[in-house]
Amino acid sequence: MTTRKLEILVGAFVALAIAALLLLAMKVANTGVTGSDQSYKLYAKFDNIGGLKVRSPVKVGGVVVGRVASIQLDPEAFQPVVTLEINSSYSNFPETSSLSILTSGLLGEQYIGLQPGFVDENVEILADGDYIEDTKAAIVLEELIGQFLFNRGNQ
Amino acid sequence: MLDKLQQLGAATIASVQGFGRAALMVFGALWGRPRFVKAWPLYIKQFYVVGVLSLLIIVVSGLFIGMVLALQGYTVLSKFGAEQMLGPLVALSLLRELGPVVTALLFAGRAGSALTAEIGLMKATEQLSGMEMMAVDPLRRVIAPRFWAGVVCMPLLALIFNAVGILGGHLVGVDWLGVDAGGYWSAMQANVDLQEDVLNGVIKSMVFAFLVTVIALHKGFDAVPTSEGISQATTQTVVTASLAVLGFDFVLTAVMFGG
Repeated sequence: MTTRKLEILVGAFVALAIAALLLLAMKVANTGVTGSDQSYKLYAKFDNIGGLKVRSPVKVGGVVVGRVASIQLDPEAFQPVVTLEINSSYSNFPETSSLSILTSGLLGEQYIGLQPGFVDENVEILADGDYIEDTKAAIVLEELIGQFLFNRGNQ
Repeated sequence: MLDKLQQLGAATIASVQGFGRAALMVFGALWGRPRFVKAWPLYIKQFYVVGVLSLLIIVVSGLFIGMVLALQGYTVLSKFGAEQMLGPLVALSLLRELGPVVTALLFAGRAGSALTAEIGLMKATEQLSGMEMMAVDPLRRVIAPRFWAGVVCMPLLALIFNAVGILGGHLVGVDWLGVDAGGYWSAMQANVDLQEDVLNGVIKSMVFAFLVTVIALHKGFDAVPTSEGISQATTQTVVTASLAVLGFDFVLTAVMFGG
């Protein structure tokens, strides 16, 4: 077989491999839905974050608008501080918005639900570095069961 | 007692010498600037033999392994009502484990054994000594193109294996068993990370490519130059390469995903 024919076949092989890599990179893996340069950061303090993890999604009405960038413990208040990276195409949430930690399904992963608040002339729009004050802690199943049993015992 | 001890010592010395000769062979083949331009036809021939001709077995195996994974995964996942996780199951098991490992095993059987037999026969028919007579370095003319072909082609084959396997899983999971197509892809995208999973899989297959190629070339280059010796060397290539791949796979998995 001539070198030219071999070269064509090898070229086709390499092209196929590159196509496979592109499929894996674009369609299978998440290549950062929120590009880090096109996002802004919001902070929130929770009482309890439950099973929330870094890279957990932030959703508004089920639509992913950002991800959890980092989780740290405030060394003075002993409260978890969650950093959210929100896609800058969603940049007009009012400061009255509230966050709650929710679970998708009975056994699913935990995510942050963002509930946009009302807007009037005294309410400012959240910008990079702002804190969201109104947060609801994650529901811990053991505490819930404990409360239930305690109430039953009182009756 | 002393005889046993002597046997143990002899076996240890023989295996260490084997490692040494393999290292010398690779060093000799790669020492100096690779003459990609001058030896281009040699390289392209080996890329064809090692890479393109292995494509069929890789594509067919990848397709069937993806299909079987989807079928087996579905029966278990549907008991928990978690059919949506079929995509991540197929993708993660292929990208992290099955893609690199099965490709390496198939590659050892398909291309590795052929390399050993070819080089062993070259040695038995004194072609290698003939080259030395003509002041052509057989390490650089025979070993180097095959080494580079193996090391470059196997990660590419593993990528193709992964992609075809995921499409095979789609074929069974979505088109036959009725998992939602959007759920298959979106759950996969939510759970597969480009660096953590795809890149680590590629690194794994690079390590396996080096292992399998060096073992195959060394066994051929070191073969006893008789027909029996060549057949033994070919068998040893497949056995040693498979064991090395599985052993290193455990170590790499522990380092990459264990912590």
